[in-house]
Amino acid sequence: MDILNALVALANYVIVPGLAYGAQLALGALGVTLIYGILRFSNFAHGDTMAFGTAMTIILTNGLLALGITFGPLPTALLALPFAIMLTCVLVLVTDRVVYRFYRAQKADPVILVIVSMGVMFIMNGIVRFTIGVRDIQFADGERFIMSVPTFKKLTGLQEGLAIKTTQGITVVVAMIAVALLFWFLNKTRTGKSMRAFSDNEDLALLSGINPEKVVMVTWMIVAALATTAGVLYGLDKSFKAFTYFQLLLPIFASAVVGGLGNPLGAIGGGFVIAFSEVTITYAFKKVIGYMAPGGWEPDSLVQLLSTDYKFAVSFAILIIVLLFKPTGLFKGQSV
Amino acid sequence: MTLTMRNTLLVVAVAALYILEGSTTFWIFSGSWDSALKMISFALIGSIMALGVNLQWGFAGLFNIGIMGFVALGGLATVLISMPPTPGAWSAGGWQILLGLALGAATIIGAVFLFRSLPKGRKRSALILALLIGGFFVFRAVFDGGVAAVEAINPAATGYLGGLNWGGDNYKANGWLTIVAWPVGGLLAAGAAWIIGKTALGLRSDYLAIATLGIAEIIIAVMKNEDWLGRGVKNVVGLPRPVPYEADLQVDPSFIERAASLGLDPVTASTLYTKIGYVVLFTIVLLILLWLAQRALQSPWGRMMRAIRDNEVAAEAMGKNVTARHLQIFILGSAICGIAGAMMTTLDGQLTPGTYQPLRFTFLIWVMVIVGGSGNNFGSILGGFLIWWLWVMVEPLGQWIAQVTTAGFDPDHWFRIRMEDASAHFRLFTMGLVLLLVLRFSPKGLMPER
Repeated sequence: MDILNALVALANYVIVPGLAYGAQLALGALGVTLIYGILRFSNFAHGDTMAFGTAMTIILTNGLLALGITFGPLPTALLALPFAIMLTCVLVLVTDRVVYRFYRAQKADPVILVIVSMGVMFIMNGIVRFTIGVRDIQFADGERFIMSVPTFKKLTGLQEGLAIKTTQGITVVVAMIAVALLFWFLNKTRTGKSMRAFSDNEDLALLSGINPEKVVMVTWMIVAALATTAGVLYGLDKSFKAFTYFQLLLPIFASAVVGGLGNPLGAIGGGFVIAFSEVTITYAFKKVIGYMAPGGWEPDSLVQLLSTDYKFAVSFAILIIVLLFKPTGLFKGQSV
Repeated sequence: MTLTMRNTLLVVAVAALYILEGSTTFWIFSGSWDSALKMISFALIGSIMALGVNLQWGFAGLFNIGIMGFVALGGLATVLISMPPTPGAWSAGGWQILLGLALGAATIIGAVFLFRSLPKGRKRSALILALLIGGFFVFRAVFDGGVAAVEAINPAATGYLGGLNWGGDNYKANGWLTIVAWPVGGLLAAGAAWIIGKTALGLRSDYLAIATLGIAEIIIAVMKNEDWLGRGVKNVVGLPRPVPYEADLQVDPSFIERAASLGLDPVTASTLYTKIGYVVLFTIVLLILLWLAQRALQSPWGRMMRAIRDNEVAAEAMGKNVTARHLQIFILGSAICGIAGAMMTTLDGQLTPGTYQPLRFTFLIWVMVIVGGSGNNFGSILGGFLIWWLWVMVEPLGQWIAQVTTAGFDPDHWFRIRMEDASAHFRLFTMGLVLLLVLRFSPKGLMPER
């Protein structure tokens, strides 16, 4: 029995990566859920919006590095992030003006808007490919670890090491700041309140003099900021590749639906539920059980419930179970 | 301009695009019948997929974006039918795998049974959970052993169960088996559609979309990882063909003679012959499916479907079982996609799970349906041919645009390099643009529903 080592192994392989991934999914799901709440459709272009924001960040980061500007121990991408958010804002606002507004005026069926967002997805994917190509890009610089395995071992004298990457720390901190700002905005400011009113009951909100175009514009800007941040954090933590961002759409949707579409708190909860289930179910528990089991009882197999290639299956299974038994999501979302 | 005239003009225009590809080297056309025939084969397959999606979306308003999964299942069927069984694989672990799968299925059925028969409460939840967890470990114990045994058999060449072809080493002689695999692919896809439909069809339209998107990714994940089934990412190559091999034709004296009488050399003649063979086979399948779809559309069943699509509440009030009808048409449409998937794998001659991508196999088909005109079967086929032509020709078109815009620059000017680099990525952008333009300015498509 060696509970401490088992805990450290679990923290190293499950808890820390799960927290970082959960924060990334939560930010992505917040964007999906806001669009759903205000504009009332599932935005399939969200993954590619994230990819566009990240691509802009990478280009700006390269520019800053060429000028010799760095952010000390932190990744330079964080300096470029605000400017990339502005560019993404411009892109989504232009998209809204040119594409979505027409269908809003027509009061088109939500499913038509979903198909339209498929078209937007194609175009954004094309733009990302034009600007940065399809390669796998690493753009994290600065200090690599907050806590590296040898340091941890020296500090604690334990056999098992714990590594916390800088990007993982940054992910959690930035996500917390972004969420705090979002909730402050939604709950305290006049525009935020009008957004919530619009989401609750469009007709009543219009009657009380809320300008729908302004609400929609602010929503897109917030979504652009969230999507870019989520994309950059994910890219820093892993790497940037346009196609992976498209594939992120599934866990992000799963998070938003599991938490309850249209409910920002639910998106955050859903993000962590999905992230931790993915990581736990695809982790090989051999080491942890090895430490916990009495001598001689160590398992031979990897004790891995599913191979890592099935992580989509995990988010999907949770999605289906929640939809079947609690269609409005774990945190009450908008009614069907 | 009357509707018939407009439609005829559209068909003539699209046909001209393919004829130009085959006959002239002008502009972006390659002037090779070989490439034109290949494009036609793929366009036929794309049209069949579009026909299936049109059944679901155009007739019933079901939003399915998991087409890729059904197409891949169809491809799997080709391997399972037309490849020879790996010697010794079944006795080594094949039956054990089947037993494991049966145990897994029994666990799920048992859980559903418990859920239905026991009263709601903590006792039920605990029992179901215990059954699922216990069943999972039993399943893994039996299943994993079988998989390891099968995958250990000559992993570099086989390492999978193989198919049903009894030809042994001479399995390529039974090429007609691939044609048998097409309806089997449809059945496989229909089975998957039944499971998905049973769980997801009661949901709202965008939930169904997300559910189908997910299931398609899972089907691909299974095909990539379960090596015992279809060799995973190691691919199955050398599938038998329903048409003769070029090499056999080139040594056949009567064929050489006939080629000579047409003024062709044997090599060109043999490639054209096989390509035309595929086109004829695929055209027959397309015509049969089109006839069936047209009959279905005009029958009382088709009218009921459209009534449900246009007003679900009213149809339900008239006593129509909406969920059951939706399940029916979801299965039918998916089966058609499965058939097309099997045909495509036959044409490729290999199963490569790594190449299935949602943009190419799901969203492109959607562009075909929307551009062609949702609700109109002929429109789907027109859309299939037009969009496939564009999908292929966008690349030469991009190069042409790059050439024209950069004509005045030095070969190593940054703008020129940038444009030449970008021309390869022209495809998705154009598809999105076409989709958005059609949705905006002609939302009913080129051939609107009548």
